[in-house]
Amino acid sequence: MTNPGPLILLVEDEPQMRRFLRVALEGSGYRYLEASTGEEGLAMAVQHRPDVILLDLGLPDMDGLDLMTRVREWSQTPVIVISARGQETDKIGALDVGADDYLTKPFGTGELLARIRVALRHADPGAVEDPMFILGRWRVDLAKRQILIDGKEVHLTPLEYGLFTTLIRHAGKVVTQRQLLKEVWGGVAGAQPLYLRVYMAQLRHKLEEDPSRPRYLRTEPGVGYRLRMED
Amino acid sequence: MPEPRRPDPDQLLRKVQQAEAIEHRAKLKVFFGAAPGVGKTYAMLSEAQERRAEGVDLVIGVVETHGRSETAALTEGLEILPRKELAYAGQFFPEFDLDGALARRPGLILMDELAHTNVKGSRHAKRWQDVLELLDAGVDVYTTMNVQHLESLKDVVAQITEVVVRENVPDTVMARADEVELVDLSPDDLLVRLKEGKVYLPDQARHARDHFFRKGNLLALRELALRHTAENVDAQMRRYMESEGIRKTWAAGDRLLVCVGPDGLSERLIRATRRMAGSLGAPWVALYVESPRHFRFNEAERSRVEENLRLAEKLGGETAVIEGGGRTDEDILAFAHDRNITKIVVGKPSRSRWIDTFLGSPVDDLIRHSGDIDIYVITGETTKQTASPSIRSRITSPLRNYLLSILAVALSTAVAALLFRRTELADIVMIYLLGILIVATRFGRGPSLMASLLSVAAFDFIFVPPYLTFAVRDLRHVGTFSVMLLVGIVIGNLTERIRAQVRLARAREHRTQALFHLGQELARSAGSTALVASAVQNVANQFQSHAVVLLPDATGRLEMPTHPLAFPLNEQERGVAQWVFEHDEPAGLGTLTLPGARATYLPLKGSKGNLGVIGLLPDGAPQWAEPDQRQLLDAFTNQTALALERALLAEQSIADRRHADEERLRNALLSSVSHDLRTPLGVITGAVSTALETPDISDSTRRDLLISAQEEAQRLHRLVSNLLDITRLEAGALELHTEWIPVEEVVGAALNRREFGPETARVRTQLPENLPPVAMDPVLMEQVLVNLLDNALKYSPPDSHVDIKAWAAGKSLTLSVTDHGPGIALGEEERIFEKLARGQAAATRPGTGLGLAICKGIVTAHGGRIQAVNHPQGGAQFLVTLPLGTPPLMPVEAP
Repeated sequence: MTNPGPLILLVEDEPQMRRFLRVALEGSGYRYLEASTGEEGLAMAVQHRPDVILLDLGLPDMDGLDLMTRVREWSQTPVIVISARGQETDKIGALDVGADDYLTKPFGTGELLARIRVALRHADPGAVEDPMFILGRWRVDLAKRQILIDGKEVHLTPLEYGLFTTLIRHAGKVVTQRQLLKEVWGGVAGAQPLYLRVYMAQLRHKLEEDPSRPRYLRTEPGVGYRLRMED
Repeated sequence: MPEPRRPDPDQLLRKVQQAEAIEHRAKLKVFFGAAPGVGKTYAMLSEAQERRAEGVDLVIGVVETHGRSETAALTEGLEILPRKELAYAGQFFPEFDLDGALARRPGLILMDELAHTNVKGSRHAKRWQDVLELLDAGVDVYTTMNVQHLESLKDVVAQITEVVVRENVPDTVMARADEVELVDLSPDDLLVRLKEGKVYLPDQARHARDHFFRKGNLLALRELALRHTAENVDAQMRRYMESEGIRKTWAAGDRLLVCVGPDGLSERLIRATRRMAGSLGAPWVALYVESPRHFRFNEAERSRVEENLRLAEKLGGETAVIEGGGRTDEDILAFAHDRNITKIVVGKPSRSRWIDTFLGSPVDDLIRHSGDIDIYVITGETTKQTASPSIRSRITSPLRNYLLSILAVALSTAVAALLFRRTELADIVMIYLLGILIVATRFGRGPSLMASLLSVAAFDFIFVPPYLTFAVRDLRHVGTFSVMLLVGIVIGNLTERIRAQVRLARAREHRTQALFHLGQELARSAGSTALVASAVQNVANQFQSHAVVLLPDATGRLEMPTHPLAFPLNEQERGVAQWVFEHDEPAGLGTLTLPGARATYLPLKGSKGNLGVIGLLPDGAPQWAEPDQRQLLDAFTNQTALALERALLAEQSIADRRHADEERLRNALLSSVSHDLRTPLGVITGAVSTALETPDISDSTRRDLLISAQEEAQRLHRLVSNLLDITRLEAGALELHTEWIPVEEVVGAALNRREFGPETARVRTQLPENLPPVAMDPVLMEQVLVNLLDNALKYSPPDSHVDIKAWAAGKSLTLSVTDHGPGIALGEEERIFEKLARGQAAATRPGTGLGLAICKGIVTAHGGRIQAVNHPQGGAQFLVTLPLGTPPLMPVEAP
């Protein structure tokens, strides 16, 4: 018991879903708690202080967004929202009120575990900012503001660089359009999603091998972007 | 050998139909008497008691016992329907409660005094209308009536008794009676009863009692009642004989025609014709010929024509109005031949013989040309009415016209003075005649007459010696004066007649044009709502009124109109409209039913029943009170009803067809979906249960099974997504969240979709770097690409390439997805975008046939176009064309 696995709380009303997730999570060495209603989930979150909360948006007793807001009132515990396709507005809503990431049903176990790992990493208070960011063929020296691909330096404009480093800061997590516009274009009045899309395209042309089939700089349609950490 | 009489098959059929109708329809029995006091109510109640003993469910609607104890005793044990209190002129009057009776719906109801006039505020003006409504509702009715109330005998009774009876019952109501029982009492006995105070008389009749209850009167009335009953029995006998195939002893197929006009004689003619027709058992028509003269009639005369026609209708006759051109006798005979009339009844106003000889008489012309049609001439001694002063021209010319005609004569005189002594006197006369002609054509008859007189006077005074006196030296000039005056008058009359004809022609043209215009408007309006609106507009304009059209809902209740209300419809007005709709008869203002309503309501009769009701609220007095306007209104409503029926049928058939299409589609979708859902589910269930239940199974086999289960689950996922998409598209719930997006991003997102897996390696992209961004919904457009890619990958060999290209041209951007598969079968390029339509190649592969329909729906919603073609190098090519707009400007960043 020297190194107990991280505690995951699943709030989900579908028993079959809980059953499969329990197997998947416990099999991967996580400790696991489950709640079938929002109220129960909230009580367990207060009582057990989980490391990550998996929250289904469609709960019988309360709106998943409300639950999300109430959790954020007192805790910064990473929350991964689970929802169905076609609920893009709900996803963005959840992300806006503080959710860390989302998963679209149906999803595979691999995907779920990857998201949990990213969430845990971002939540680790002891993690030291590494000035070197390495992904595939990319080597980014954040201290020197230098980007090398296969050892060759790539030149980015200030805005491109700002966009790229923001994504690196949230590596593995989805970042909404609004968040990106705020963090990169913060002071610029009238900044539009189109700016973001155009700079994203430029970034892909400079960094991706095949910009029309990006490997790392992924689009989450209708939501935002994600710097994908693993294949 | 006498041939057995065989009934005419047509008649037999009619008889069977009538017998059926009679068997089902409610029965009317009239207890008929010669005078008050003969014991009709008593007889009715006695019979009612017998019916009650037989167990008939009967109710007393109205019975007036007038305090007679024997009669009152007979009401014992009979249910009496409570009266309704109606407020009128500050007082309350008890009146028969028609709605109560209809709600109670007894088998038989007693309704005393058929001729009774209802208290104002009742639904109908007359009790006989209540009786007809009860009969229509299937309730048998017993009623009582005296002979003097019968419409056709009104004038005869008035002649005998010198008492004018105001409460009349149309003969048609009596004809409707299934049984007429004569309640008879000899005049002597009646007078005895009267003396004993056993006869009730209303107050206002008391003073007439000396007149009325004279033995002579009573005898005459008794004879009338007996004769009428005998006629009734005769008619029954005739019906019986016809039905039994007994040869008729009188000329078959008599049809009578009576010519009516605005004079008082017409009323007598109509009643006489009715009696004649009644004794012959023949149908009859009352005809009014609308000659140019009609337009010279004043209001009173026109309304008398209308009253006469209404009287004919009430007496059971048909009415017709034709437009006369020139000679009235020819018009009448043409109509008579047209309708197989055998006898014509005309009136001959008494006028002196030499006028007839001089001017000719239309009646004589009629007799001369009648051929085999019998003419009955009834002379009128009621000249005081016919000689109404208004028969002459009533088109009074304004004073201005008279003044102008004086001016014209002065002008003629001036011109004549210029020519005087340079030319003959005859030419001067011509100048005056020219002046008269001009006056006649411009200003009408009165001024032209005055111009004639003035011209003669001026001519005499100025140009005939001795000058400047009216004296005449040469007697020949008197002849000139007479001829001048006569010519002036003839010209005046002729031009006046022409003017009248022109007016008539104009009025006709106006009518025809109004109808034509309505027809055109109705034909032009698409759909019943537009049609109703245009009909309302037209009727309102034509008749200077506000109009509404009310159509029924599915339960037969009239709904509030869809068009803006021209006048407020309160609960009461809607009630009137509802009544019209249910009873198929006009009601409201200016009719006998519910005359208290603010507007007139007419049924819109279609070929299969009532379609709705049109209501008209006149701006002033209702124009449609005049017969010609009434006819026009009828024509309007008929035309509207026909057009409306056509429109409703068309809408119905479109709705039916759409419904059938939807039904077919739903079925196809259901069968397709159930098949496509079952296939992957079958694989998943099979694979998983094998992995679970097979004892000795290698890890790699188990893994293979689970992989296939996973693949099928993904397929299922795609299918369900498509179903959701199409449902949203169909429900119209598709909301576009458009943003300016580079095409490359959407392509990238689609290619990154996890469900394609390694398959995407087959896809080659070729996107120019400078493509402009397009306004589109990122999620939906990604779905379009995913569906197109899915298709391309599915229908092409596993090792072949799929190409995605994009290019901008003009104001649009095109995105193409091309595979190297078998391509699209000829002629299917359009069809594959239909829901559930699947290419021939698809027949053997799983899929719902929804993917392309979804693509089309989404692209169309973006204002774009999607098409499928066969690529020249083989394979199918899908082209998505989207409009290019003007994206917002981007600030340029220094590198």
